[in-house]
Amino acid sequence: MKKNLGILGILMVVFMATAYGSESFFTPYNLFNLVERSSLYGIIGIGVAFVIITSGIDLSIGSLIGLVAVIFPFVVVDHQMSLGMGLLAVFGLSLAVGVTQGLLITKLKLQPFVVTLCGLMIYRGLARWIVSDKTMGYGDESFVRLKVLVGNASQLPGCASLPGAKHIPVVFLILVVLGIAAAVFLNKTIYGRYLLALGRNEQAARFSGINTTKMIILAYVICSLISGLGGLLFALDYGSIQPDSFGNFYELYAIAAAVLGGCSLRGGEGSIFGIVLGAALMRLLMNSISMLGIDDQLEPTVIGFVILIGVIVDQLVKRIAAHRRAVLQARQASS
Amino acid sequence: MSPLLSVESVTKRFPGVTALNQVSLTLAESEVLALIGENGAGKSTLMKILAGVQLPDEGQISVAGVPVQLDSVQTAQRNRIALIHQELNLSGNLTVGANIFLGREPIKRGLIDKRKIREDSGALLGRVGLNLSPDTIVDTLPIGQQQLVEIARALSVDARILIMDEPTSSLSQHETERLLEVVKELRSRGVSVIYISHRLGEVAELADRVAVFRDGANAGELSRDEITHDRMVQLMVGRDISQFYARKPHQPGAVALQVTELETPANLGHRLSFSVRAGEIVGISGLVGAGRTELLHVLFGVDSAVSGHVAVNGQKLRLRSPRDAIQAGIALVPEDRKQQGIILEMAVRTNIGLPGLRKHQKTGGLLNTNQEGSDSAAMIARMRIKTPNERQVVQFLSGGNQQKVVLGKWLSMNPKVLLLDEPTRGIDIGAKQEIYALMEELAEQGVAILFVSSEMEEVLGMSDRTLVMHEGRITGELTRDELTEKAIMQLATGNVGAHP
Repeated sequence: MKKNLGILGILMVVFMATAYGSESFFTPYNLFNLVERSSLYGIIGIGVAFVIITSGIDLSIGSLIGLVAVIFPFVVVDHQMSLGMGLLAVFGLSLAVGVTQGLLITKLKLQPFVVTLCGLMIYRGLARWIVSDKTMGYGDESFVRLKVLVGNASQLPGCASLPGAKHIPVVFLILVVLGIAAAVFLNKTIYGRYLLALGRNEQAARFSGINTTKMIILAYVICSLISGLGGLLFALDYGSIQPDSFGNFYELYAIAAAVLGGCSLRGGEGSIFGIVLGAALMRLLMNSISMLGIDDQLEPTVIGFVILIGVIVDQLVKRIAAHRRAVLQARQASS
Repeated sequence: MSPLLSVESVTKRFPGVTALNQVSLTLAESEVLALIGENGAGKSTLMKILAGVQLPDEGQISVAGVPVQLDSVQTAQRNRIALIHQELNLSGNLTVGANIFLGREPIKRGLIDKRKIREDSGALLGRVGLNLSPDTIVDTLPIGQQQLVEIARALSVDARILIMDEPTSSLSQHETERLLEVVKELRSRGVSVIYISHRLGEVAELADRVAVFRDGANAGELSRDEITHDRMVQLMVGRDISQFYARKPHQPGAVALQVTELETPANLGHRLSFSVRAGEIVGISGLVGAGRTELLHVLFGVDSAVSGHVAVNGQKLRLRSPRDAIQAGIALVPEDRKQQGIILEMAVRTNIGLPGLRKHQKTGGLLNTNQEGSDSAAMIARMRIKTPNERQVVQFLSGGNQQKVVLGKWLSMNPKVLLLDEPTRGIDIGAKQEIYALMEELAEQGVAILFVSSEMEEVLGMSDRTLVMHEGRITGELTRDELTEKAIMQLATGNVGAHP
């Protein structure tokens, strides 16, 4: 919690500044959208956190999101199959991707960066080829039942009359449930402990009797499944999918959210709450840039600088903490 | 005539602790001064001051009678002082020659003059008795030779004061002897050496004088004819230690570990058969590269055997991973503590709890953190691990305490067979003694202990029976009565016929 104070602070400052500088920022419509998009990024950030914790990386998330977003209407609309078959295709595919990448990384000892970089290209090409680059829509009435997932909470069964429910995006609720599940898994179960341990030192973890191969594959599977879920939600929300670009760079946003949230790319560290804050900060920045009338073209530059400042501050804080600890240590040693 | 190096009343304080308190020391020309003392006694601080890494708060250092201010490594080098660090500072991917001249490459027409490097490093390698091409990649050399390359580098800056920090801690007996020869050779050519070591045997052999550090002060010096093992230990701990190895005679029980016709990747073509009984301490001696660590790794399921089998308490095992070995009641304290034994960045309690997490599992894989905490606290108390609390991150503990964490994590699993690989490497004399006492205690409780050690004294002191390995084979087995340093060396060098 203490570790996340810094990013929480930045989040508040940007929030206040934008609210002060723009009249349309603090409107129910804008805030709803902001929370919804932040939640979507938060979801895929949680997914990638699992592989980052093992000191791995997944660059294929954006392409997998694109592929999933294309496959779903391809199965349900183009091939007139049931929604169930569509979901099976989405999650079956995600599972297969996770298992395959995990096996290549653990059994063949390939580097995660390389494996998932290949995945990034392979899945993107497949997404475009399957539908011949045709724009895929989610307007079909077979999707109506699923659309509730990207609506507001008042549309959920039995929630129509709850006060304030229509200001709460359903994806936010999904994020909360997923976030709590992920945090419990990482911090309160032995498997989470195994992941953290092997992320720090895989060899020592193996020497302690942990089946590191199985745990690493599990991490990639979790990441791909969450990416698949994220892809589905993104697609339902956006409604119209360009196979050649949908999901581009999402993996980098997810990784940035994880890093902002305290994950180290060296593995073994990360807080789910921090990652959610990191995702929120990124979405907030995008929103602020358009609200405050800053040139759109500068959006990536601004985000890049904020992330850079974030990690610099984090590094400085760590150094100060390490120095304090050394002093404390010396005192204890002398007494 | 003033001494080559003199340290007068040097004091160094760190926040809350006085690392060096009014330390004085001299070093004559062509002298080997051994610096001994427990970890934390101030040896490394003094060494860093002499190497120009840290400045003293008070006191004066003079080289050849001239007061100097050693405010950087470069200044120290200009005063012809060179430090050889315990963890070698070589770039393993570069050649021997490139390492020797790293940062001082001779230049010809704007490019590195490789010919000059080759010629000059060839001569330097000759001085340290290394007969190899300067174009050899450092990584391909055994540690002992890398150490000699490091010395050649120090000579290349024309050092006359060489500070060596535990140079032999990872060398085999054979490599150690070679290194000692090189140091003697340097001394005869006028180089002075400050030799820091925990190994009292080699100190006694090598040193002209011994300075013993205790609690940041020079606790006393011994001249050449006063140097004995007992005197050194006495000065180091400040009290008389009559019995260093807490040995009692053991009454071994039934065979706990049975190894039959085992062929490991390191000893292809040779089959190893031996057994260890419950309550017995068996040592494995031999030179580095004899295949001892590899043998333990096969017994622990890290690497798989080529053929043969392993049984614990009569049960044949299928060892495909450390997990299988742990389930069969085998534990390993590995040689490479920091890479394989512990997770440095994690808390003491997390490390201790790691192999036994399954025991602390509630329904659905949820961790019973209360039990984990109390179990680890109990283990910290039992092992007398010096740590402020069980949440302390392991990397901030001393080497000895880190090793106790490794032992503690396995003891919580109640192993039947305990494998120890160089269990006391790089830890101070106090912690060593505690680990020996613990081995005794465990043997008494019926644990079968198999330990690999390159420290002759340790093998002689601790083992009920000793297996000696040479190039992947077991060349002999010595009982307590047959056990002498000479007998071990004969077998370790493959001189099997010499043993009756």
